[in-house]
Amino acid sequence: MIFRRNRARRPLPRWADIAVVPLVNVLLAFLVAGLIVLIIGENPLRAVRVMIVGALGNSEGIGYTLYYTTNYIFTGLAVAVAFHAGLFNIGGEGQSYIGGLGVGLLLLAGDRALPLAALVPLAILAAALFGAAWALIPAYLQAYRGSHIVITTIMFNFLASALMVYLMVNVLIAPHQMSPWSREFAPNAWLPRADEVLAGLHIRAAQSPLNLSFVLAMIACVGVWAYLWHTPWGYELRTVGQSEKAAIYAGVKLRRVIIVAMCLSGALAGCVGVNEIMGVHHRLLLGFNLGYGFTGIAVALMGRNHPIGVALASLLFGILSQGGAELAFEIPAITPEMIIVIQGLIILFSGALANLNRSFFERLLAIGPGA
Amino acid sequence: MQDAYLIVLLTLSATIRVSTPLILCAMAGLFSERSGIVDVGLEGKMLGAAFGAAAVSAVTHSAVIALAAGILVAIMLALIHGFASITQHGNQVVSGVAINILTSGLTIVLGIAWFHQGGETPPLPQEGRFMPIALPGAARIAHVPVLGPIYAHLIGGHNIIVYVALAAVPLTHWIVSATRFGLRLRAAGENPQAVDTAGISVAWLRYRAVMLCGALTGIAGAYLSIAQNAGFTRDMSAGQGFIALAALIFGKWRAWPALGACLLFGFLDAVAIRLQGIDIPGIGEIPVQFIQALPYALTVILLAGFIGKAVAPRASGIPYRKE
Repeated sequence: MIFRRNRARRPLPRWADIAVVPLVNVLLAFLVAGLIVLIIGENPLRAVRVMIVGALGNSEGIGYTLYYTTNYIFTGLAVAVAFHAGLFNIGGEGQSYIGGLGVGLLLLAGDRALPLAALVPLAILAAALFGAAWALIPAYLQAYRGSHIVITTIMFNFLASALMVYLMVNVLIAPHQMSPWSREFAPNAWLPRADEVLAGLHIRAAQSPLNLSFVLAMIACVGVWAYLWHTPWGYELRTVGQSEKAAIYAGVKLRRVIIVAMCLSGALAGCVGVNEIMGVHHRLLLGFNLGYGFTGIAVALMGRNHPIGVALASLLFGILSQGGAELAFEIPAITPEMIIVIQGLIILFSGALANLNRSFFERLLAIGPGA
Repeated sequence: MQDAYLIVLLTLSATIRVSTPLILCAMAGLFSERSGIVDVGLEGKMLGAAFGAAAVSAVTHSAVIALAAGILVAIMLALIHGFASITQHGNQVVSGVAINILTSGLTIVLGIAWFHQGGETPPLPQEGRFMPIALPGAARIAHVPVLGPIYAHLIGGHNIIVYVALAAVPLTHWIVSATRFGLRLRAAGENPQAVDTAGISVAWLRYRAVMLCGALTGIAGAYLSIAQNAGFTRDMSAGQGFIALAALIFGKWRAWPALGACLLFGFLDAVAIRLQGIDIPGIGEIPVQFIQALPYALTVILLAGFIGKAVAPRASGIPYRKE
């Protein structure tokens, strides 16, 4: 069940491999999504226009779009890092849940004692540590006991969900309250919103959930890029993903790489907690992670597991998420769940059926000149 | 005493009802995975079938046509998975995940577009559902102490799909272990080269396995929406496809042990509902979440090799390319 790259019959030229094939895959997914909109009896082109205007038409829309983008970058990078080591981490959902738990516990303990400048690095650390810890057990079981990472991470998603429900309902719930929410953090533990920061720079922007976590997501992109392509550890990690045998032959410690890759992956997914708990909700609650882990799979597949690709794919999904919410107002027949359909189609076409149009292009280029 | 006996009986009866979709999905997964096709998409196929069955039942008011529709939807989804994994040599886990996500969105989108009830189908009439069957003479024998309630509540009183699920287990066991098709199926999952060398098409074998898998998940889905419940509600499969996958692994990819695991997991679920808010002397109240998490935790522990060893079919997850 280890993820392997699909070997091409003859390597495609770089431009086709990086740009054309992924683009056609995504277009196919959108084509099918458009057909579904037609079946519902609405105009797909009008839907696209409503979505783009809703997501990018004003500063509030852009704020929401980038807020969603932040989460997708974290979970997309998480899946991508694991993919590079040949591992399929389906556990982003659980790891981001537990990462949020880490942030929440830290802020509940320290929000009244510490200033924001101290809380921010600590919260990031807590999110990363908790997320990594939730990935560590499946990683250990894969490395030392030979359990399939896919199955164990699926199981750990459910375990995380059960654990969170138990903790929120029985332990962390604020007194005198019906809904399973913790108490609100003191305002000095709130991550500043983007519109607040921009107001300080005399730029006016409408209020939105976008906050400084977006900067963290950008740093994560650069960090992952530097780690994977410009450090010996990244080189080892990618070698394991390309060929385990070659890696072992070259003296790479396979088990250590599996553990490190999964912990990095879990830490990245955990950072969703920084955005959601410290940046948006300012309290611990249930379900703040919903769907982001799974979308990360689509993001990573679409972005070809490269940080730049992941960032662009995240932006696209951010536009879809915010635009989809707007769509529900404008065209009630199309519900926000349409985004989930598009996600599924992108995973299908960019992931499972990736060979479909690749082999088409290979044949096409084989007929052309030069062959 | 009489009451306690009845509670035990009703819990066991609930166990069977809760286990039914798990059993069908576990047998479905068994066919697919023993042929070498990993299937994490049981959940999605079941959900798609549940919607298909309920939608058709809402229109036709016929349980049989609805069941057929559910099976058809699941087989179509299975064929997408088969095309991606067998013909296109795609990643089987990615394909399964795609089907899960696709159906979780599509069922709601189509449900709202067609029925305008927030993603639910209208409540279904009795003739559009599979209702519990009273066994002959159950009403008269029910009063007989000890045996009466067993006959009326445990053996009888279920809908037809429950019996189909229970019959699917020996049938699956027989097909996989005693027929020529089953032998070849297992060979395709362990050593596809050998099957190919014998002049038998690995691809066709795996396609048949995947379609059987689709048909069984289709029955499971129809059970959810037109037998156990009276209509489709959003995300109604609620992770049961994954529990079935866990049960299949727990049963080490064999029919009878998988049945045992399904019944165990179903029993835990039935007990969790009963134990809600009840103090057990000496232990106190057991959190429901703890019991709900047990199937997943047990499966992880089993996979880690701490209680026996679960070894997947050797060629599962690896696309087969003819030389």
